[in-house]
Amino acid sequence: MISLDNCSKYFHKGSVNEVFALNSISIDIDEGDFISIIGSNGAGKSTLLNSIAGVFMLDSGTINVGNRDVTTWPEYKRAKFISRVFQDPLLGTCPSATIEQNMALAKKRGQWRGFSRGVKAKDRPMFQEKLKMLGLGLENRLQDRVGLLSGGQRQALTMLMATMVRPEVLLLDEHIAALDPKTANQILRLTEEIVGEQELTTLMITHNMKHAIEFGNRLIMLHQGRIISDVAGEEKKSLTVNDLLQKFYDSSEEELVTDAMLLA
Amino acid sequence: MTVYAALGAVEQGLVYGIMVIGVYLTFRILDFPDLTVDGSLPLGASISAVAITNGINPYYSLMFALLGGFVAGMITAILNTKFKILHLLASILTMIALYSINIRIMGGPNIALLGSATVFDAVIAWGIPGQYAGILIFAVFALAVTGFIVWFLKTELGMAILATGDNPRMITSLGVNTHMVIILGVGLSNGLVALSGALIAQNQGAADVGMGIGTIIAGLASVIIGETIFGDNNIARAFVAALLGSIVYRLAIALALGLEFGGFSFSPSDLNLITAVLVVIALIAPNIKKKVVAR
Repeated sequence: MISLDNCSKYFHKGSVNEVFALNSISIDIDEGDFISIIGSNGAGKSTLLNSIAGVFMLDSGTINVGNRDVTTWPEYKRAKFISRVFQDPLLGTCPSATIEQNMALAKKRGQWRGFSRGVKAKDRPMFQEKLKMLGLGLENRLQDRVGLLSGGQRQALTMLMATMVRPEVLLLDEHIAALDPKTANQILRLTEEIVGEQELTTLMITHNMKHAIEFGNRLIMLHQGRIISDVAGEEKKSLTVNDLLQKFYDSSEEELVTDAMLLA
Repeated sequence: MTVYAALGAVEQGLVYGIMVIGVYLTFRILDFPDLTVDGSLPLGASISAVAITNGINPYYSLMFALLGGFVAGMITAILNTKFKILHLLASILTMIALYSINIRIMGGPNIALLGSATVFDAVIAWGIPGQYAGILIFAVFALAVTGFIVWFLKTELGMAILATGDNPRMITSLGVNTHMVIILGVGLSNGLVALSGALIAQNQGAADVGMGIGTIIAGLASVIIGETIFGDNNIARAFVAALLGSIVYRLAIALALGLEFGGFSFSPSDLNLITAVLVVIALIAPNIKKKVVAR
């Protein structure tokens, strides 16, 4: 479904601030995989998702999504089959547009936008039905501006919008990190429901190791731009938070050892 | 202010209102401060004047003016999106280039249209007096343009333009090429500004290379006045407010020019200063109000 081959990405290349964000990453992702991605700050999690989405071009390596070589495709072109939910709840929706306008925008994801009416009366029942799923009462507020909604409500709406046209790949970049625990939990359940129902190939970044273990059929741990752990199936089911912490400390220790060697 | 001056101000407000709608589209909808308009207004005037003096139907000449303005706006937007030049600078570059281009088009700094056919001929032929013909024609054009823009922004494509100004990252992730949208939007805006310039030239009986100076400031002043007085809580209201703001602005200018303090009175050359002061007041007033209310 998705295959990354030897993907590398530098930021500020050639300057003193040079960051090696992705270090020759190769990975194959199967159709229907739900992968949770963990790693410390600066490990390259967001960079990995952004390079699949096409926010920037890689310095080397190739990306294939569904048998298309998308390595040089711009973001808007990949959006036809890749959907995203950002960490910042404000990023996924248009504040000055109404709920129904936002949903109508999402309904045309990746399609030609012409001169027919933006919000079509025949779509409203479908919008309301989808909003009812959230249980937030938004189905009665189609004409309200999205700027009036809370962060949690906006993120829930973003989840609906991202999956309104079924994407081949769903990218979730810490999409619950900016929410309070209760709302975060609701959005996570909603995610599980939608992903299960549409059988989406999903990559989810999280800082919560429990979530990383609970959700998905595969878990990837990143460190300094490399994949240091990749577990799936039965092995993943039996993982504990302690196992993950151990793996994480092992990799950090290795770093300490190399630092120590350098200083010696 | 005499009735005659007031009528003149309303007439000016309507025809410049078409320009103001263009400015609203870039400044408020696309969040793209566009100074190209100082060049595309005389561009429209030049194209229309040259077309008419070459025997082309004055209505067709408006089409050419609109197209010319559209291309000028596209150039600014391409410089900004494809070549990463800051939008303000990109638009100043196009504006400066248009100064030379306009003189080339006209073969000199101005062209007189006295005695030539204009869009007003038909209306005057119906027996409507000259001073009302302008208001009538301009009202029809201004309302048609406002109606068109409001309709357009409710289409799928129009909503993509709104979203591009509002949240470019979101609309990119929904598969819209924001560069193309900005090129289209800034092009459309300058097309309208050029149409406004063409109508002004036909009304004045001349196109002049200097007639565009201060267009952007007049446009911003009208936009801000319109928003402040008439509100902007939906698209239709916002554009009608911009058009009405243009009329109020021209009336205010006419009023200011009529003032006398002892031996001092404003002259038309003080217009830019008055406008600049007006815009500054309009821009800082909300902040001052906030501070005063907070106390």
